[in-house]
Order: sequence, then C-alpha cells, then structure tokens
Amino acid sequence: MKHLLTTKDLSREDAIRILDTAGQMAATQEREIRKLPTLRGKTVVNLFFEDSTRTRISFEAAAKRLSADVINFSAKGSSVSKGESLKDTALTLQAMGADAVVVRHWASGAAERLATSGWIHGSVLNAGDGTHQHPTQALLDAYTMRRHLVESPGAAGLDGLRVAIVGDILHSRVAGSNGYLLNTLGAKVSLVAPPTLLPVGITARPELEVFYTLDDALDAHEYDAIMMLRVQRERMTGGGAAFFPSPEEYSRMYGLDAARMARLPEHAIVMHPGPMNRGLEISAEAADSPRSVIVEQVSNGVAVRMAALYLLLAGEEAAA
Amino acid sequence: MTGTILGAPDISRALKRIAHEIVERNDGAASVMLLGIPTRGLPLAHRLADALAAIEPAFSPAERTGALDITMYRDDLHKQPTRSIGTTTLPAEGIDDAVVVLVDDVFHTGRTIRAALDAISDLGRPSAVQLAVLVDRGHRELPIRADFVGKNIPTSRSERVDVHLAEIDGEDAVILRRGEDA
Repeated sequence: MKHLLTTKDLSREDAIRILDTAGQMAATQEREIRKLPTLRGKTVVNLFFEDSTRTRISFEAAAKRLSADVINFSAKGSSVSKGESLKDTALTLQAMGADAVVVRHWASGAAERLATSGWIHGSVLNAGDGTHQHPTQALLDAYTMRRHLVESPGAAGLDGLRVAIVGDILHSRVAGSNGYLLNTLGAKVSLVAPPTLLPVGITARPELEVFYTLDDALDAHEYDAIMMLRVQRERMTGGGAAFFPSPEEYSRMYGLDAARMARLPEHAIVMHPGPMNRGLEISAEAADSPRSVIVEQVSNGVAVRMAALYLLLAGEEAAA
Repeated sequence: MTGTILGAPDISRALKRIAHEIVERNDGAASVMLLGIPTRGLPLAHRLADALAAIEPAFSPAERTGALDITMYRDDLHKQPTRSIGTTTLPAEGIDDAVVVLVDDVFHTGRTIRAALDAISDLGRPSAVQLAVLVDRGHRELPIRADFVGKNIPTSRSERVDVHLAEIDGEDAVILRRGEDA
C-alpha cells in the first residue's frame, strides 16, 4: 500500500491488516510511555483545506506518538487564501520533503488527484474529500464494531453483523467509505434517509438495503450497530430547507431517541462520527447512554491512524 | 559443517543448564522475569520458565513470563517490506525493579537485542536486564553480549541458522544451512 485514498478498492486482507495493527497500536497507548520511535525522521504534513477538529488532532497525535515530525497546514491564513492552487501547494510540500501528506479538501477527488498527479513523492492519506470518501473514519468505525461485537477480534472480519447508517447519506463521506468497507468485511448495511438525502443510483447497489424512515428500518431487522450521521447543513443550499421540511420533522422521522433505542437489541452499539447535532439526529439520552461508543470512536481513531501511518511509511519504499 | 547441530535432547539439556545458571546468577528466581522475543524466543521463554519452576517451586511460570515484540523499535524498518506488529504482553505486576531475562533463539548481529533494550526502557525500569539465547552464531555488529548461551556455533556470514521448535515447527532442532549465494 502506498496511499490510502478510498475504501472502495481496499482488499479484505489489507483492511484486516490495518485493524489488527491498530489493535497493537492501541495496546501501546495504555503504557506509561506512549511514544514509539518507529517513524523517527519521517515528516507528515497535515494539509487541511476544510475545518476539522478531531480528524486533524487525531492524525497529529498519531504521527507524534510514532515520533514523526508533523507540519500543520490549514488553508486559512496560508497562501491558499491568496489564490494558490492545489498543485503549487503540493509542490511546496514536496520541496519541504514530506513523506506523507494527510489531506482534507472540500472537493471530491482532491486526494486522488494529489496522489496520482506526480506532484509529490510521498504517501497520500485521504482525511475526507468533499462528499466522497473518508477511509480512516470507516476503518475506526469498523475497529470499534469489531472490538464490541466480535468475540475474538484478532484477524476477524465483521461477518454477519448488521449495521444501520442513518441520516444525511448524500453529503456523507463517512457513509461513502463505510458502505464499501463494511461490505468488504462481511457486514450487511442498511441505509436510512429521506429520498432527498440519498445519492443518485444508490438503490442500484444490491449490497445496500435502503429504508425511507428509521421506524421501517427498525421493524425490518435487528441491528448490531446503528450509526447516526450529522446533518451537514453547511453543504446544503438553503440550510436544509431544500432537503427536508423542518428540523423537527427530520428529528421525528430519523432522530435516535430513547424510545427507538429501546427497540435495538441489548448488545447493539450507538455510533456517531461527530460532531453531533444534539436534539437533531441524536437525542442527549442516546448520545450519553452506556451503549454509545461515540467517545471511544475518537480514541480508536488515533490507534487506527497510527496503524495507517505505520503501514504506509515504515516499510521500504513500495512501488506505487 | 552443515546439517542438524542440536537435536531435541540437546536443546532440552541446554535450557535446563541455562535455568540453573539464571538461578545461580540471581541468587534464586524470586525477582526473575522472562521476556521472550517473538517468534521463537517466546516458546523458549515458556520452556525456561517451566525449568525454573522445576528448580524453584515458588517460581510461577504464568505470572513471570511475557512476550516482547520489538518490531516498532527495529533500525531496518525502512529497508524491508512492512512488517506486521506482534503482541507484547507483560506480567501483571510490570517489569519495574525485576531482573528481566530476555530470551531469543539466535543471537547474531545484536541489533534485535538493541531494539529490545529500547522497548524495555519504554515499558519500565528493571533492576537489571540479562540475555539468554539458544544459539550464539557470532558476527556481532554492536557491543552487546549474552549472559546465558545454549550453544556457540561458529558460522560464516553466508550461512543460515534455522531453529525449529515443537510449538511452532512440530520438531525441535537447530539446523545450519549453507547460504543461498555460497
């Protein structure tokens, strides 16, 4: 593996390797001294064209725990705001000797462009591109599910589990990445959203089952995990009004509250990639319940990103 | 000389002798903790622990044996294909103030042990670290020596020493092979 751009072409073998490596990384994070010398001398650039708190901090913590040098670059307050193109930014990073570039961009396909353009030599990790993909988020979700729902997690997939992904599928790169990865790992996926918040052509993918209300979805199956997505108002023209009539109605049809949570099996876990809109897609009772693993997802994120950085950067330089 | 250098009885005798030496050196086994370096150092550590328990019945093999994976401390990571990371498990009481005996199968350049010493210093502060190996084949590249050696086998650099253990390979043997390029 040279880049991590999408979960679509990630093989089951590679995905499980990342999850297993993340397990070992997580074990090192319980020690008194959590820093490892593994990536000493490597430089990781966090290139963020879009606001992010947890993903950037998580990648930064992961790189630092492995002793890599981290350079943070955010579009605000940089030459990008003066009109610099992605290409010229990339050439600058290449000149600084970046071994890996972690990129978040508002344009779908930006990470792929960076990886295949020949502008930079290092590995590219997609930390979210537009409404397309966010592979490390899907991997940390899979890692979290495997820890809670699979009896002996080592080397195992998620075979036979059923996962519901609820909410703004259209704008969600988290859903985009999870759809492919969960399927690769053997889990069955139900998507739950109003028709306006589903991408065109999604019903043509036979591995995904689509429901138009959360109650229908809960009637149809017993879920092992339910993943609530944030309503991404910043990506909606008209602040959401073009996609659903009112926040109250959205909440009534698609929100996870205590009553709907009671309909899930005893062992089911509640997930959310954050940041949450409490009271909109998820109620405070659901978010703070003991079955919620939302905070754990964040700490698992560091272990998964350590694993990704290790697997991309530690070995001899692989052919592209 | 190539072929099988040590058979199962030789290996078992060597481990028993090393166990006695460990007890002698440390005035008993009370503070001894065995850490095996995967892959083949780990079963050797378990066998040594059983041998120590046979000498000192108060020694509990399960509570005083662990595994130390050194992959993330290697100095040649960037020269090889990416390695999978193994499991590190420490005895519940930790390694602080214990006498840690590192256990490995073949002692060669010393670089594995260098990595292991770095790994140990991130895990705690033992009162001493000692090294037990089944085979010492020479060609040290670092100023590191073993405290307990099963057998010294003079080799040329191109030769290979393969250790087979029943737990992993189904048989006990130390085999010296001519190198592929020799």
